[in-house]
Amino acid sequence: MSEQTATASAERINLLKVLGPVHVWALGVGIVLVGEYMGWNFSVGKGGAYGSLIACWFIGLLYTCVAMIDSEVTSTVAAAGGQYAQAKHIVGPLMAFNVGLYLVLAYTMLEAADALVAGDLLAIVADQFGHPDLDPKPFVVLTIAFLAWLNYRGVFMTLTVNFVITAIAFLALVIMFFWVQPWNPGAVLLHEKLLTDLPYGWIGVIASLQFGMWYYLGIEGTCQAAEEVRSAGRSIPLGTMSGMITLLIAATITWYMAAGLLPWEYLGQAGVPMYDAAQMTGSPFLMVLLFIGTIFSAIASANGCINDASRSWFSMGRDRYLPIWFAAVHPRYRTPYRSIVFLIPVAVAFGFTGLLDQVITFSILSGLLGYTFMSLNMMKFRKSWPLDSIKRGYVHPFHPLPALSLLILCAATYFATFLGYGASLLAIMVFYIVASLWFHFHRYKYVRRADQFTMPWPKPKGY
Amino acid sequence: MDFWDIFSYAAWIVSAGLLLWMLMDAIRINREYDEDLLISSREGADELLEADEKGGGS
Repeated sequence: MSEQTATASAERINLLKVLGPVHVWALGVGIVLVGEYMGWNFSVGKGGAYGSLIACWFIGLLYTCVAMIDSEVTSTVAAAGGQYAQAKHIVGPLMAFNVGLYLVLAYTMLEAADALVAGDLLAIVADQFGHPDLDPKPFVVLTIAFLAWLNYRGVFMTLTVNFVITAIAFLALVIMFFWVQPWNPGAVLLHEKLLTDLPYGWIGVIASLQFGMWYYLGIEGTCQAAEEVRSAGRSIPLGTMSGMITLLIAATITWYMAAGLLPWEYLGQAGVPMYDAAQMTGSPFLMVLLFIGTIFSAIASANGCINDASRSWFSMGRDRYLPIWFAAVHPRYRTPYRSIVFLIPVAVAFGFTGLLDQVITFSILSGLLGYTFMSLNMMKFRKSWPLDSIKRGYVHPFHPLPALSLLILCAATYFATFLGYGASLLAIMVFYIVASLWFHFHRYKYVRRADQFTMPWPKPKGY
Repeated sequence: MDFWDIFSYAAWIVSAGLLLWMLMDAIRINREYDEDLLISSREGADELLEADEKGGGS
């Protein structure tokens, strides 16, 4: 029996298992860190500096719950597609299709936004060197094309590069933190003068939750690497939890530096707040360092997004939720090459719209829908497969507290999003409802129903 | 034409080169390999192997 299985396995081309916890960290933190360099500061515009700090920690709690839940479920469902595969095994096909779609759109749009940022940064540099009105489009395309090529050629090199540039971007923030002498208040940081009461009261704090997601958006992407890591049960929890700790540190020092260098009225609408904060120190070294950090973080984020979006698309293809043609694995590089190539024009199209705000809002909302599912998923997972029924690489503590906290925090963030982007929220809901109808009435007939459930689990309790 | 104009053209050319390379490689792979082999990957292959080995009792 085992010989037959081994022979069959030898005739298959699977994704390559070459990654370790460091790559998982690089994937998760790499996607997110750009949010520390820009984007989080719009929460200051909604709720003031203290409002943003409250959002930073509350949303930090939301993502800690996400990381804990993800780590436990992924340590048992070690499959590309991450939350898509989890939803398929625990809830069912319709939920899985929706989650897969959230993932692909969230990551592809974030990738487009990152490429736009890289292009815009080069346009700013060109302007400073006397060439105004540089068209960012060629650099948007170059960023996407180069990173897609890297992803096409192999996951090990892709995430090793991500580790290096993410580490540099993180170190840039840490170096700046020590440069501004936090132990010597008033020398560089002027919190006493700049910090004010909540300008819009507690409703402003609630409104700031939406942009507080920027501090951590994308850390859940670590589990997309589940099929390519050696020892997923150990590497995914280790990489995800260490990534979350890194982000909590990065988010807090980012807020602390920016709030002590820039008035909240400016900070709340700044395009590149950390670069502006570096300018306020008057140090050319810090300005160059933070510029490099900003561009590296944008590239690392786009790189991780290509990796994650292609794995989700590939997994959906493999289960025939999409044409199985997308499930091809490159025989030499062992990557989902057709999915990678197919998503390039989609990302470029989003990038060419130039609508950074809308693209990011759609990305955030797709992420939020995914987190809401995770809390329900976790409760069903523990109920249907109690701890002693299947082997887990990691068991998160205090269940059901993290799942319930996640659900409540998601509800608060929906309300915050409704306050600022009510029309976008409704439009996105309509889009996913239409997509669900298409899947249920048209696409599902092509799915080989027994083939999609691959985990050798016992029947769920009460089945 | 200054440095930034040349830089922009270079970005277009390099992007086109990379995209073309991926496209040509994908076409070559599609021709050289059997489609069933290319789409043969299985989700959770490790877990399935482990389960089969246990179940087979070999």
